Amino acid sequence: MLYSDKVMDHFTNPRNVGKMDDADGVGEVGNAKCGDIMRIFIKVEDDIITDVKFNTFGCASAIATSSMATEMIKGKSIKEALELSNKAVVEALDGLPTNKIHCSVLAEEAVRAAVKDYYDRNGIEYGDELKSCPGHCESCESCAGH
Amino acid sequence: MYVYADNAATTAMSPAALAATIAAMQECYGNPSSLHSIGQEAAEKLEAARATMAAGINAQPREIYFTSGGSEADNQAIFSAALLGKKKGKMHIITTSIEHHAVLHTLKRLEKEGWEITLLPVDKDGMISAQQVADAIREDTCLVTIMFANNEIGTIQPVAEIGAICREKGVLFHCDAVQAAGHLPIDVEAMQIDMLSLAAHKFHGPKGVGLLYVRKGIILHNLIEGGAQERGKRAGTEYLPGIIGMAAAFQDCLEHMEESTAYVQKLRDKLIQGLSGIPHSILNGHPEKRLPGNVNMCFEGIEGESLLLWLDQNGIAASSGSACTSGSLDPSHVLLALGRPHEVAHGSLRLTLSEYNTEEEVDHIIATVPKVVEYLRGISPVWEKLEKGELPHVI
Repeated sequence: MLYSDKVMDHFTNPRNVGKMDDADGVGEVGNAKCGDIMRIFIKVEDDIITDVKFNTFGCASAIATSSMATEMIKGKSIKEALELSNKAVVEALDGLPTNKIHCSVLAEEAVRAAVKDYYDRNGIEYGDELKSCPGHCESCESCAGH
Repeated sequence: MYVYADNAATTAMSPAALAATIAAMQECYGNPSSLHSIGQEAAEKLEAARATMAAGINAQPREIYFTSGGSEADNQAIFSAALLGKKKGKMHIITTSIEHHAVLHTLKRLEKEGWEITLLPVDKDGMISAQQVADAIREDTCLVTIMFANNEIGTIQPVAEIGAICREKGVLFHCDAVQAAGHLPIDVEAMQIDMLSLAAHKFHGPKGVGLLYVRKGIILHNLIEGGAQERGKRAGTEYLPGIIGMAAAFQDCLEHMEESTAYVQKLRDKLIQGLSGIPHSILNGHPEKRLPGNVNMCFEGIEGESLLLWLDQNGIAASSGSACTSGSLDPSHVLLALGRPHEVAHGSLRLTLSEYNTEEEVDHIIATVPKVVEYLRGISPVWEKLEKGELPHVI
């Protein structure tokens, strides 16, 4: 089997799938041309991510990594969410095929993009590390310019 | 219910092919090159299989070279024609943008080594015209290699017309008939084909065996050196059970071709009809000139790998030309050649039927695909943008 049982579980039974009309932050990363777009919505109270939802256009691993990433940041502080690494997502899914690792990078970036949006909306200062795409997406043609 | 609808990838073996293969493994273990009676019995069976395959495409037995499959046959045909051309100072080859990688990657290698390759574009249905071929042929053209029918979208090319043009201009014509063999009539004489590749496992034969037809007088270049098997052009002890199984499968297909085609085509048309109601979907490939079992569609706003894995969960084996399933970053080169944008090509689904599929199975597919497409669109940010008008619908 191409995917682990965990990946198939999160693909066929994704957690936190849906939209949020009153989100405090929304992050969207990826590119339809490349076949992956992830959008993550977060609800924040007292610096804690109290709710999170996602929408994803992409392959099974894109859906599974979105699902796992949302599960891993739900109920956590913003700081903890920003520490979420793609490696941690991959490990939590019991691994991904090598050519699917970029999906986990996309999930990490979607979380960061949602936090950045939350900071922007609330006039909260943040460092350079959130200002631009971290440039992990060399696998994505349209981002090759980074 | 589990529906196998990926017959362009490979097929289940027919009872006739299976019985013949097993019998050969059990009873005919001799080496056809051996002079004793066990070996000679194997040699007789090998030649009988060669005669069956030759007759099935209207060739002579001595024009048939057994190979490990379609890819090897394509490689050997192309390298042979390229080297023959080089001797005469002709190093130009014509092909199409939708060939199988066994052809395209072989040509890529030749291009690196100095040959010039012309990739003919196809029209919106994946068709090439004989006129395009005629216009592309030059003084230094040594080979035209064009597939009989496309493996992804099923489009059937005007092979006889292309053959006539090539013969008239004195250029070798190789035809990759891997998807057509056993499903469509092939006559290498009438169609003026100089070299033709086919693979047993696409017509209910065993995997790991195929053949290259080469018109008498064309000198083959060896890919594998060694013993004198296959008239010295393909070394290695013959895979006799596979070859016998291939001949049994082919014979079975030829005997039932008319009824199989009518039956499978009816299922195909019902399936196309049933899935065409999905909004913002489009059929890929020619509406009529297509393989009897091929259905290939794009659905906007979703990605093909998740579609096919959901179908697998629902008991349907299909395939997709999305980047995620092609093993590269780009979606199918065939869908891109038709002019489908990347984002649409990612949402492709190929369902390929055979005579072993039933109407109930097609009904199951028709009931399932729209539900899965709707679900995936429901969680797709791309679909949301399309629906809100933030992105224009392309199909």
